[in-house]
Amino acid sequence: MLTSEEWSALALSFRVGLCAVTASLPAAVAVGYVLARATNSSSWPVRSGRLVLQLAVDLPLVLPPVVTGYLLLICLVPRGPVGRLLDGLFDVQLLFTWWAAAIASAIVGFPLMVRTIRLAFQSIDPRLEFAARGLGAGPLDAFFSVSFPLAAKGIVAGAVLAFARSLGEFGATVMVLGSIEGRRTIPLAIYSLTNRPGGVDRCWRLVLISIVLACVALAASEWFERRQFRRELA
Amino acid sequence: MSWLEFDCRHRYPGGFELGIAFRADHPVVGLFGGSGSGKTTVLSVVAGALRPDQGCVTLDRRKLLDTRRGIDVAPQSRRVGMVFQDHLLFPHLSVERNLRYGLSRRGTAERDVDFARVVEVLELGDLLARLPRNLSGGERQRVALGRTLLAGPDALLLDEPLTALDQPLKERILVYLERVLAEWRLPTLFVSHVAADVRRLAEWVIVLEAGRLVGSGPPREVLPADAEQPQSCHGNPL
Repeated sequence: MLTSEEWSALALSFRVGLCAVTASLPAAVAVGYVLARATNSSSWPVRSGRLVLQLAVDLPLVLPPVVTGYLLLICLVPRGPVGRLLDGLFDVQLLFTWWAAAIASAIVGFPLMVRTIRLAFQSIDPRLEFAARGLGAGPLDAFFSVSFPLAAKGIVAGAVLAFARSLGEFGATVMVLGSIEGRRTIPLAIYSLTNRPGGVDRCWRLVLISIVLACVALAASEWFERRQFRRELA
Repeated sequence: MSWLEFDCRHRYPGGFELGIAFRADHPVVGLFGGSGSGKTTVLSVVAGALRPDQGCVTLDRRKLLDTRRGIDVAPQSRRVGMVFQDHLLFPHLSVERNLRYGLSRRGTAERDVDFARVVEVLELGDLLARLPRNLSGGERQRVALGRTLLAGPDALLLDEPLTALDQPLKERILVYLERVLAEWRLPTLFVSHVAADVRRLAEWVIVLEAGRLVGSGPPREVLPADAEQPQSCHGNPL
């Protein structure tokens, strides 16, 4: 059986992952859609804008997570731009709470989610939306009645992938959450255990859980992605 | 009285330039020309898929586009029904939900077209529960035609609706098209590169060549009896 520390790490990882994915999903859908539709544009301002947006979105994918965490840290400290604002307006401090870990996870997982969602939208003929508009649908109506349901499986695949990334997130999380007893995600708990005498032998359960969760999430994401592209080929 | 007045100029980034002006007075007008003549561009401008560099489009005295005055009516408000060469049925919706898509979004200004009558005329009754991927090419074309009619358009734009069909199927779809045009009497712009199809459906034909209008008139005068491939007014193959 799992110890209370292991249960706590598992519960916190799920809470952080679910919150990160739920909060960033609408933005990921919007950005993925814009990038997909701008891909074949012949207008150079649109192409340039797309390139800048793509670079901004992909940056956390190649930056060391610790750097992402550091940048988030200096934003969230009480004297930082976001920290001061939150403190002044709502008397709230996010740093070293699980909310900060959720924000870090959302930022690190965002590029993976956007990439999968963009590919899903790219696989849909944009003229279908135009056909919908010719039948009386406004732009938002056409999006939600045609493009969104057709891309739904790709969107779920992106969300699952980002959730899996969140479960494995360490570098950015340790910068904004620290490693405090009772407030450790699975990777933080494994790291903490390995720094204790005899801990290396005691962390195998969390390692095993991490591997199983990662495999299940990857398989689920792959399944949804395959279903997305099979539908488009049908 | 013209139901459509079209006068547009547009230059694509690749260099192709369209400069066409015409009036459609007859109920069914054919746009005839080869690949790259500008036929589909004309339809795209009328439907609102393409905003030309300069131009003016008027449908039944309603200004759809006037670049000088900054008028560009949104596609959903133009009330023109476009039937695409490759149907563009919504793959996630059944035939019935495809047909009802425009019906449920129809405003009070749109003409009233009865669902049961469309299903009857186009013989779609047995197909209603199916998904588009389970339909043949001809069935898809009939569903696309029905879906467009049910949105209650003021005019029909048919973009090469017979191109992807073999001869026997084409004959059957032509019969359905004739039925639809006779039943609802919608002003129609019919695009084709096949002279026989234009001769059969259109009462007036406009011939396009490399983005320019090179002739217009009754089909039997403008299209020679043996012209199955698009030719210019000078007899050159396009």
